[in-house]
Amino acid sequence: MNKDVLICGVGGQGTVLASKLIAAAAMAEGNTVHSAETIGMAQRGGPVTSHVRIGDEAYSPLIPHGNADVLIAFEPAEAVRNLGYLKKGGVVIVNSNPTKPVTESLQETGYDGRDMIDYLKKKCACVVVDGAGLCASFGSVKFLNVALLGVAYGTGRLGVSEESILKEIEARVPAKFIELNKSAFIKGREIGEGYEN
Amino acid sequence: MKKQYVMGNGAIALGALSAGVNLVSGYPGTPSSEIIETISKTPHENVYLEWSVNEKVAMEVAAAASYSGARSMVTMKQMGLNVAGDPLMSMAYVGVKGGLVVVSADDPGPISSQTEQDTRRYASFARIPVFDPSSPEEAFEMVQDAFEYSEKYATPVLFRPTTRVCHAYASVTTKEEFSGRAVEGFVKDSSKWVIFPRLSFANHAKMEERNVRIAEDFSGYRFNTCEGSGSKAVITSGISYAYAKEYLKKHSDVRLIKLGTPYPFPERFVLESLEGVSEVLSFEELSPFLEENVLQLIGKYHLNLTVHGKLDGSVPHSGENSADSAAKIIGAFLGASDEATGIDVSDMPKLPARPPVLCAGCPHRASFYAVKKAMGKQKSYFCGDIGCYTLGNAKPLDMVDTCLCMGAGITMAQGFDHIDGEGTCFAFVGDSTFFASGITGVVNAVYNEADMVLCVLDNSTTAMTGHQPHPGTGRNMMGDIVEKVSIEKILEGIGLKKIITVDPLDLDASVAAVKECVALPGVKAIIFKSPCIAITKPKGKMKIDDKCIGCKKCIREIGCPALIMVDGKVTIDESLCTGCGLCSQICPVGAIGGACHE
Repeated sequence: MNKDVLICGVGGQGTVLASKLIAAAAMAEGNTVHSAETIGMAQRGGPVTSHVRIGDEAYSPLIPHGNADVLIAFEPAEAVRNLGYLKKGGVVIVNSNPTKPVTESLQETGYDGRDMIDYLKKKCACVVVDGAGLCASFGSVKFLNVALLGVAYGTGRLGVSEESILKEIEARVPAKFIELNKSAFIKGREIGEGYEN
Repeated sequence: MKKQYVMGNGAIALGALSAGVNLVSGYPGTPSSEIIETISKTPHENVYLEWSVNEKVAMEVAAAASYSGARSMVTMKQMGLNVAGDPLMSMAYVGVKGGLVVVSADDPGPISSQTEQDTRRYASFARIPVFDPSSPEEAFEMVQDAFEYSEKYATPVLFRPTTRVCHAYASVTTKEEFSGRAVEGFVKDSSKWVIFPRLSFANHAKMEERNVRIAEDFSGYRFNTCEGSGSKAVITSGISYAYAKEYLKKHSDVRLIKLGTPYPFPERFVLESLEGVSEVLSFEELSPFLEENVLQLIGKYHLNLTVHGKLDGSVPHSGENSADSAAKIIGAFLGASDEATGIDVSDMPKLPARPPVLCAGCPHRASFYAVKKAMGKQKSYFCGDIGCYTLGNAKPLDMVDTCLCMGAGITMAQGFDHIDGEGTCFAFVGDSTFFASGITGVVNAVYNEADMVLCVLDNSTTAMTGHQPHPGTGRNMMGDIVEKVSIEKILEGIGLKKIITVDPLDLDASVAAVKECVALPGVKAIIFKSPCIAITKPKGKMKIDDKCIGCKKCIREIGCPALIMVDGKVTIDESLCTGCGLCSQICPVGAIGGACHE
C-alpha cells in the first residue's frame, strides 16, 4: 500500500499527535512509514505541517506536490495553503473555524475562513467540519486532532484500521483522556462516514 | 533487537549509543537539539552527557575525552560550529585517539537560522572528513561508520545532517541495551597533545598525505552509490538525494550518483561513475560543493563533460531543495514532460500571513513593553540577540533594532554607545544566551566604560530550542540537581553597581526599574525574571467586561495572540490566554480583569 497523508494547521493545534497516531497505526499493520514535522521557530503561531508517507516507495520525507491522498486541515486558510499537495481525486478534511493571526487583529482584513471554504469546495472533494461544535461535548478544542482523524478515517481514505488507531490512542494518550479521545474519534468517524462522493 | 520509530536526530543518537559512545556534549540549536535529548531519554550505562554552556566548551570537553580514548560526540547547529571553530581547527592538527564525531546540523532555507552556511566547507577548510546522511536510516548507520573512520585515521570527523533529515521520522532497529565502551585513559605525551608551531608544521603535511588515502578509502565507501545508467547523470548528496530519487522513480535513463562523504572527495569513485557521461547536473543545497569538485576533476583529467548546477543557474543558490524543485530542475535537465498530478491552485485567494510571534502570556512581551513605555520618544538603541525574544522585533512591539549572532546584543550596544554618546543603548539577552556568550561582553563593557542598560530576559529555560536546562536552572543532563548559577551574582562579580531584578508582568515596577537605570552612568542591569509560559501552569484567564469602550489599545500596544476581534468586539481567546495580566495594566478604562486562579 502507498498512502500520503498531509496534516496542516497552526502551531499549537495538536497536529503532531494526529500524525504520530497514523504513523504508529500504519506501522503496527506492517507498513513502512516515514513522516516529517515542522519544528522550531514556526511553531510559535506559524503554519505547521506533518507529512505521513506509508509504503516502500517513499524517498522524500516531504510529500511531493500533487501526491497526497488525504489532506487533514485544522484551519481553513492552512487547507488552501497546502492544497497543492493534494492529488486529483484526493479528499480534504477541513475544520471551518479560523485561527486569526495577530496581524489580523492589528489591521483587519476581515479574514473569517469563509472564502477559503468556498474555494476548497470549488476545487476538490471536501468534508467541512465545525471543529468547535464537534468538540463542544468534550469540553475542549484539544480533542480536535483526534476528531478530525476520525473524520478522515470515516471517509475510507486513511488506509489504516480503526482498531489500530484506537490501540495507538490507548498507548499514547494520558490515561484520563483515553476514553474522551476515543469518543472524539468515533464522533468524527460518523461525520466522515456520512460523506459521499 | 528493538525497532524504534524515531526522528533523524534520534537515529543519530541511537547510532552513537550503538557505537559505544562514552561522552556526548553540545549546545541546543535547531535542527540539532533532539540528539542529546534522545540520548538522555534512552536507557544507557557509562555515558556522560551534558548541555555545555556553548559549542566551544562542548568541543573542548569532548576533545579531552577523545584524547583519553573515549568515543565522544559533540552536537550543534551549523552556526555553533563557528563558535567551536577555534578548538576544531586546532584539533584537526593534533588529532584524536577515541573516535570524535562533531555533528553540525545545516539548515537550508534557512528555516530557523541566521545563515545558509555549508558544513562541508568547514570540513575542507579544516582538512577533516565529513559524512552527509540522506535519511534517518542512513544517519543511524553512518554515524557508527564515522566513529570507525575517526579512529582509523586519528582525526575528528564532521557529520552534517540537514534539517529535513534531522526532523524526518523513520524506523531503525537497535540493540536492546546500550553501554559506553571501556576507556583506556589519557596517556601523557607532550609531543602529541600540546600544539606548537613545529607540531602543526609536521602534522599539516601528514594530514594532506592522509587525506589522499581517505579519498581512496571513501571511493569504496558503502554509502557512496551510483544507480542507473545513461549518458546523463545527477550528482547529489544528503536530503537532495532523497528528492532526486523520488523524482527518478519515473525515469531510468539517467545515473544517480550519491556522495555520502563529500570530503575528502572520493575522486576515483566519481570518475568511474561518470565514465561515459557527457552531461552532469549537480543537485545540492547550500553551496556548489560537489559541483566545484566535479569541475576540478574536469580540469585535472581533461574530461569532456558539461556541468549544470548552481554556477550556471540550473539550481538556485539559496533556499532548500524539495521533491518539487527536484521534479522541476531534474525534469528540465532530462527534457522530460511530466503530467501534473495535482490540482491547479494558481487562482488561490490571498492567504493570511502567519509570522511567528511571541506566545500569549510570554513574559518577554512585558519586558519589551516596559522598556518601550519607559523610553517613549527618547533616542534609544535596542540591540537584540538570539532566542525567542528575537520575535520582539515584530509590530506592534518593534523593539529589536539589531540581531547578529549569539551574545552580540551586549557588545553591539557598546559599539553604538562609543559612536553616539546621546542615545541610550539597551541590550536584550536571554538567560541561556547570557551563559553561552554574554558574560565576556559584560566584562568588556565594564572595562571599556560603556554606558548601557543590560536587560536579561530570564525565563528560566532555553525556550526557543525546546526548553533545555542551563546553568541557571539547577538541573543538568545527568539528572542531577545542582547549584543554580546566579546571573545576579555574576553581574555583581563583574562589578556592576546597579542590578535590579523585577517581575516583567508588574508593568509599573518594570517601567520604574528602566527609568532608574537609564538615569545612572555606566553599565546597569535589569533582570526581568518570569518563567516561560510553556514550563509553568497558566495563572487563569483574563476577562473583558462591559466597561470595554472598544478602543483596541490592548491589541495595538502589545499584539498578544490571545487578544482577538470577534464580531467587532475585543475578545480574549481562552484557549491561548495564560492570565499574565499585562493587558489589564494597559486598558485605560479598567475593563480587563480576571486571572482568577481556576
